[in-house]
Amino acid sequence: MSPHDFAYLAGLLKQRSGLILTADKEYLLESRLRPLIRSRGLTDFREFVNALRTGDRALIDDVVEAMTTNETSFFRDIKPFQLVRSFVLPALLAARADTRQLRIWCAACSTGQEPYSLAMVLDDERVRLEGWTWQIVATDIAPSVLAKARNGLYSQFEVQRGLPTPMLLKHFTKSGDSWQLKEEMRRKVMFRTVNLLDDLRGLGRFDLIFLRNVLIYFDPPTKSVILEKVSRQLATDGFLFLGGAETVIGVTQAFEPVPDQRGIYRPTGTTPTFAVASQPARPGLAGVRA
Amino acid sequence: MKACLIVDDSRVVRSVARGIVRQLGFETAEAADGAAALEACEARMPDVVLLDWNMPVMNGLEFLHALRARPDGGRPKVVFCTSENELPHIEQALAAGADEYIMKPFDKDIVETKFTLVGVL
Ligand SMILES: C[S@@+](CC[C@H](N)C(=O)[O-])C[C@H]1O[C@@H](n2cnc3c(N)ncnc32)[C@H](O)[C@@H]1O
Repeated sequence: MSPHDFAYLAGLLKQRSGLILTADKEYLLESRLRPLIRSRGLTDFREFVNALRTGDRALIDDVVEAMTTNETSFFRDIKPFQLVRSFVLPALLAARADTRQLRIWCAACSTGQEPYSLAMVLDDERVRLEGWTWQIVATDIAPSVLAKARNGLYSQFEVQRGLPTPMLLKHFTKSGDSWQLKEEMRRKVMFRTVNLLDDLRGLGRFDLIFLRNVLIYFDPPTKSVILEKVSRQLATDGFLFLGGAETVIGVTQAFEPVPDQRGIYRPTGTTPTFAVASQPARPGLAGVRA
Repeated sequence: MKACLIVDDSRVVRSVARGIVRQLGFETAEAADGAAALEACEARMPDVVLLDWNMPVMNGLEFLHALRARPDGGRPKVVFCTSENELPHIEQALAAGADEYIMKPFDKDIVETKFTLVGVL
């Protein structure tokens, strides 16, 4: 690939998705786009770039989709899901006692394991949530991962990464070599294609937002723009979860970390939830177990 | 250092499991069937047992019943690790007192997840 073509592709990618591609990632670009080039009956990157330059929308979307990293797992990192149960839910149950409604947003949900994990946590809290309505909206830029998410069909390998076996038994049926999340759980999550660079206001306000392991792919200005837009979709007393390698510090003033709760952020100036006694940590996923 | 007892009649599987479990920071002991595993528990009760199902002499489920019947047999966490991957098997294992269940093939990620879930990591 010529430096010229690389620069064009990197620029396109950044503009359309925010994803940053440094020169050392040329191999990644090559290996991920080659199948696309072939499937279009084109011969090389020069022809491919020319096709993109004509403004072929579908092809541009395919490039973005091919370049996203969709790595995810059920209950990824475990701790955030324990904290939802032990720290966030008690706070929100108190704060929303009048409306008895909760809205949750998974903002880069990939193949669905993250929003479904949250749905399983809330399902476990059925008793405390009696009489409440809750909704999980899960979005991603890539339609293909969302299609898989909607199906809720996972390989044996995928269901063994993070998912406690009691939850597998409770919420899945076996289908050939794969496992499918039961219809009643799939119904609890609404999937939509949303690019975080676009206008997010149509999504409405949320009480809890998971924005995990996606900011790492963006440059600092893009991170702060997205975090500021996301902050406008979060209730002023809501909660934001970022991935383990992500932070708001030095990126935006819109959020501040919750002291002693790694990975949780709140809109700046939120009154501390001193009334909420965090439940003691338990080993493993005991806290979110079926 | 925590101890893990690896029970599998395949030497190859034991050696793969040994590599993974040691990397996770465990001391290991091994047994090739349920009866030998009970003897190993006699000698030293492990913190966690990685347990195959189909083995000669005494299978994994029989071992689990025998282990849980011992006065001190409730303490070790038991994680099945078997090519039995049908729902009834998994249900039966948990009902018999298994803490987690791995469907073969397995890798380090899966063992690490399951050991975290049962609280030994
Ligand atoms: C590594 S996955 C993270 C999945 C999940 N949140 C987790 O932590 O396991 C990153 C996801 O971000 C999505 N993504 C990348 N750029 C995006 C953008 N501009 N808008 C929305 N989603 C984007 C990708 O398609 C991918 O599915």
